Parts: sequence; C-alpha cells; structure tokens
Amino acid sequence: MNQTTPTTQTLFAPGHRGCAGCCNAMAVKFVLRAIGSDCIVTAPTGCTEVFSTPYPESAWKVPWLHSLFDNIAAVSSGIESALKALGREGDTKVITIAGDGATVDIGLQALSGAFERGHNITYICIDNEAYMNTGVQRSSGTPYAASTTTSPPGKTSTGNPFGKKNVPEIMVAHGSPYVATTSVAYPKDVMRKVKKAVEIKGPTYVQIQAPCTTGWGFDTSLTVEIGKLAVKTGLWPLLEITNGELTGVHRIRKRLPVEDYLRTQRRYKHLFTTPEGKEIIKELQGMADRNAEHYELEL
Amino acid sequence: MAELKVVEGSYAVAHAVKACRPDVIAAYPITPQTHIAEDLSQLNADGELGNCEYITVESEFSALSTLIGASAAGARTYTSTASQGLALMHEVLFNASGMRLPIVMTVANRAMSAPLSIWNDQQDSIAQRDVGWIQLYAEDPQEAADMTPQAYKICEDRDVMTPAMICFDGFILTHVYEPVALLEEDLTDEFLLPFNPEHTLDPKNPETFGAFADPSIYTEFRYLQELGMREALKRIDSVAEEFEEIYGRYYGGLLDGYHLDDAEIVLVAMGSIIGTIKDVIDEVRRDGIKVGLLKIRSFRPFPLDAVRKALKNASIIVTLDKNISIGKYEGALCTETKAALYNTKLDKPVVGYMLGHGGRDIPKEIIKKIIDEAKKSMKDGITIESTYADLKEEFV
Repeated sequence: MNQTTPTTQTLFAPGHRGCAGCCNAMAVKFVLRAIGSDCIVTAPTGCTEVFSTPYPESAWKVPWLHSLFDNIAAVSSGIESALKALGREGDTKVITIAGDGATVDIGLQALSGAFERGHNITYICIDNEAYMNTGVQRSSGTPYAASTTTSPPGKTSTGNPFGKKNVPEIMVAHGSPYVATTSVAYPKDVMRKVKKAVEIKGPTYVQIQAPCTTGWGFDTSLTVEIGKLAVKTGLWPLLEITNGELTGVHRIRKRLPVEDYLRTQRRYKHLFTTPEGKEIIKELQGMADRNAEHYELEL
Repeated sequence: MAELKVVEGSYAVAHAVKACRPDVIAAYPITPQTHIAEDLSQLNADGELGNCEYITVESEFSALSTLIGASAAGARTYTSTASQGLALMHEVLFNASGMRLPIVMTVANRAMSAPLSIWNDQQDSIAQRDVGWIQLYAEDPQEAADMTPQAYKICEDRDVMTPAMICFDGFILTHVYEPVALLEEDLTDEFLLPFNPEHTLDPKNPETFGAFADPSIYTEFRYLQELGMREALKRIDSVAEEFEEIYGRYYGGLLDGYHLDDAEIVLVAMGSIIGTIKDVIDEVRRDGIKVGLLKIRSFRPFPLDAVRKALKNASIIVTLDKNISIGKYEGALCTETKAALYNTKLDKPVVGYMLGHGGRDIPKEIIKKIIDEAKKSMKDGITIESTYADLKEEFV
C-alpha cells in the first residue's frame, strides 16, 4: 500500500488562466488535496496544461511534466520505472491527470500498454466530454446527441451520432485493481476515490465527470449544479470497481428525469426545438433507466 | 590491448549499453528489429543489468515516450530502433530534444516503406535530420559499440543536454559477426560518470517540465538547443580523445580522414560504406590515382569548419549517399557538402552519387567507376550534379 498524506495546503495555485467556473481546476485541486505533496504529476496536452503552465508561470506546486497529447501513460510508466531503478520509490505517487480526448481517443494505446504492464500509477481522466481546449470538437467521450463543433445538429444531423465510449470498463478489462467514476460536483467522493486509487498498488483509474461551462454552454455559476444533475438523473453513475467487482455505487434518493439535466445546457438545445429531439430525449431517458436498473442506483 | 571476441554487431552494442549502466531501457520490435533489444533482454534475464528496469512497451512511440518520463526523473535511458519505428517516434523525437533530455538511442539504419524493405539504407535517420538530436554514424560494430559511452558522455554534459542517436547500418553491421573488443565495465566506469542532471522530477523540489511557450519566448528555446549543439561540436572531439586515453581506440572526432593530405579526388561518406571505400582507395592509389576519403562521424551537429578544412586541397569532391531527397534528386551529404563550400573561397566541383538504397549491395566496382568518372570530370568539368550510381534502367 502506498501511504498518502492528504493536505489542506494549496498545491494548485490560484492565478492560473482557467475560465470562471472551470471544472478542471476544481478537479485538480481536489485530486491534489487527496494525495498531498509526495507525488509526481504528468499531463498530456489539453486545457489544464495550457491554462496552468504558460512559461514562465506554473500553477503546480508539485513536480509536473507535460510531454505530448498522445503518450502520457507511457511517460508515467517511465517515471515509475525510473524511481524503482534509482531506489527512489518510497511513497511517491506517480499520477497522470488527463483530459478525455487524450485518454479515450489519441492516448488510449499508451494507456492500455501502461495498464497491461501493471505499472504502479494512477491515471485520472477529467472528463468534460469533448476537446474543449481546441474549440469543443467531439471525442469518443462525447455523449450521444450532444452538439459539438464537429457534431453539430443540422438538416441531416441530430448532434453526436455515437454513444460515449465506456473506458472505465476497458480499464477493468485490463485487470486494474481499482477503477472508479466520480464527479467534480461531489468533492468528498472525488477525494475519497482518488486517495483509494493511489493507495492501492498497481495501475488504477479514476474518471471524473467535469461539466465545462464553455463547451457545454451554461452559466459559470452552475458547474456543480449541472454535475449533480448528471448524477441524479442516472446518466453518470458514480461507481467503484475493485478487482473486477462492483464494490461501490452512489445511490440516488429521488431520480430526476433526464430532461432536467439536458435543458440546462446549450449542447442539447436542439433536442427541444425539433421533433426528432423528442425521440432522442426518450432514448437518453432509456439509457438513464438502464443505468439505474443495472447499477441499482435508486435507494 | 583488450581481448577480441567474435560476436554479432548487435551484441557488441548491447554489451556496450550494459557497460554504461542504464537505469531504464524501453524497446519495441517494429519490423525490422535487430537483436540489440533481445540481447539486452537476455542480459536482464540473467541479472546482468543491475537495477535496470527493462520495459517492453506496446509501440516505438511509447518506447521513446517512456524514456522521456524516465530521463526527466533522473534515469540514464536507452532504446534502439530502425526505419518504421523511428518514423513512428517522430513527434516524440522533437519532444525529447526540446525538453533537453539526454536519451541515447541506437538506430540500425534501414530503408523506409513503401515499397516495404527490411534492408539497409540511411533514409530513416536522415529523415529525422531536424528533430534536434545529435546524429553519429559508425563504420563498424566496434565503433558503434564504442560510440555508446561516448554518446552518453557528450549528451549528458550540462552544456549539451541533447539526445543522441548512434546510427549504424542495419544488417551490414547489426548482423555481421566479427572480432570486437567488448567494453570493459571498469574502464567504462572510469570513462563515464553516473548521470547527475541539474533538474529532475522530485517532490522535495517541485519543478515544471514541458510548459508551453508563446511567441514571445519560443524562438529562444530553439536557439538554446542550437547552443547545446554547438557545445556538442566541441565535446564530440574531446570525448573521442578521452575515450582513446582510457580504451586506446580512436576513430576521429567529428570526422575522420583517409589519405586526405594529397588527395585530388575526395569522397565524402558515412557508415559501413567507409570500409569498402578505404579498400578501393588502397587499390587505386597503387595506380597513382590520388584519392582520399572524408568520413563524417557527426552529421548533427554538422562540423562545418572541419569539413571546409578537410576539403580545402581537393580538386573534385564526390559525395556518396544512402538516402535521397525526392524532388531534389540528391542525398543529404551532397546537399550539406555543397552548402559547406558556399560563401567560401573553396569553389570546387561537387558531384553527388546515391547508391545502396533498400539494401542493394555496393561492390568495389561501383566505387571504382565513380572514381574514374571523377577523374574524367577533373579534366573536362562535371556533366552531372547528382545521380543514382546503381540504377537499373531496364526497370524504369
């Protein structure tokens, strides 16, 4: 087991260039509070990297390395191996904090390789469900029917035609000892799961849903509220899978209709103005219902 | 004098890597693979690599990416690759040099696909000319092995901090068995100190690696890399001399000459073709033809001043390239050599020959033919600037 020393110290300094209401900045803050300062963080190219390290500034008060968009899990494997070889292993945790594009699309091969080889690393995906840094293009983490700049609704389109890739399950299939989903709207849940992930030896994976004010289209004051709606509708279940077994489910007291969630965001606006939209809302409700049944989400 | 053992070229290199005590090795066998990674795996399996972590990654792309993390954490790192694998690394090559990580990599030079070929030429490393890596070219397995500790010593120098590729011809050198003095570990420990970088990923002293640079500062980062290369120019020469003092072997520094002093015709080349050229020179000199050879050991940094000095007495210069810039119809040595002479008083004819591509054999007769043509051109002036020396017209 790797020891952690959670801290109230600010390891991610204010003064970075994230948007007001930025979900990524919240996520990073919670992650570092849970882990403490004895860690090395790697990051692929993406929003967080760009807004936190414009040379010569850096918001990171822990050692931090950005390499490329598509290789970050491999970079983390190298750091972990180097610490071992140099006898500096100790309690230092090697953490990747990545966006969804770098994780579920272009970096998936490196991620698969690192997990297959069983490196003692924790990979955290801050999932804001599209390429926000480059102007809101769809990723394979974008949910069904969401509008992005590369999946716009139009005469022959109702938004993203594909469903969200289930990467947590893919990481479970790699034999990861701990995989969890969580949301920035639930800081305690984030911190508890991240702490657990880094304390378990082996490659562990945490996917944090992170509503993006810019990409999803909502007021900067609503990041947390919208994150909660995703969970309360059953569209984003908060789960823990330990050694392949479902060991934790965040239960919902009163499940809300998906419309309550969809209506809050510009990316789903077209669903409320077209006849096809009504059908799609029904399909999305069906997805939430299946989640609720499958994971027994309701109390 | 060290004891000679008959070993495969790849083994000689793997053994040299072991003597350098790397901390992390990552490797992936994109076809074509050499035995370097396999020999190192066996050395590791036999417990001969000490605490070294040997990582069998899922791609060449991840091999170099892994080493970026390891090197930044303070590890001495190594990988080997060739052709397609090197091309897949392209993006990562820039990243490693831009982050000033002194990774050492052996490139077993091979042709690029398509058409698919697993045989030797130097198109793969030449295509990576501008990625900011030191590129050294070895003539034989002994030199490739000996270049390994030299490369670490050069690129880990705090004023250099630039990754290096040691290029040696695939098959011709990687698979040949010949007598080699395997690198002694005690001598290597004396020659090469442990890697001790100024900046590492350390929670006790947190630093940011790989920040992004806006237009107000990007150029200066690039220029600093250029300054690192200029330091490497000096170190390549001095490290070769330090190596000679300890091991008693010397191959020249940035370049080497063979019968250059009185040569009217000077051939410029690099890699395994050097051996063939030397044999031909010995033969034609018996007929009174004054031919010499300029062997380029360091292609990046390119030793501009040393090349000018070496070519100053030549009447005609002939470059031999195992690569081509398609659309320019000449090889990299031809382009570089011409450029080295421009803006100087050395107004000399340069003729470029491309040969030995995709593993085509280079018999002595071709070199002799090239020398004959140079002799004619010396008298009548040059008629071509650059051409394939071994093109089969019947297939074109």
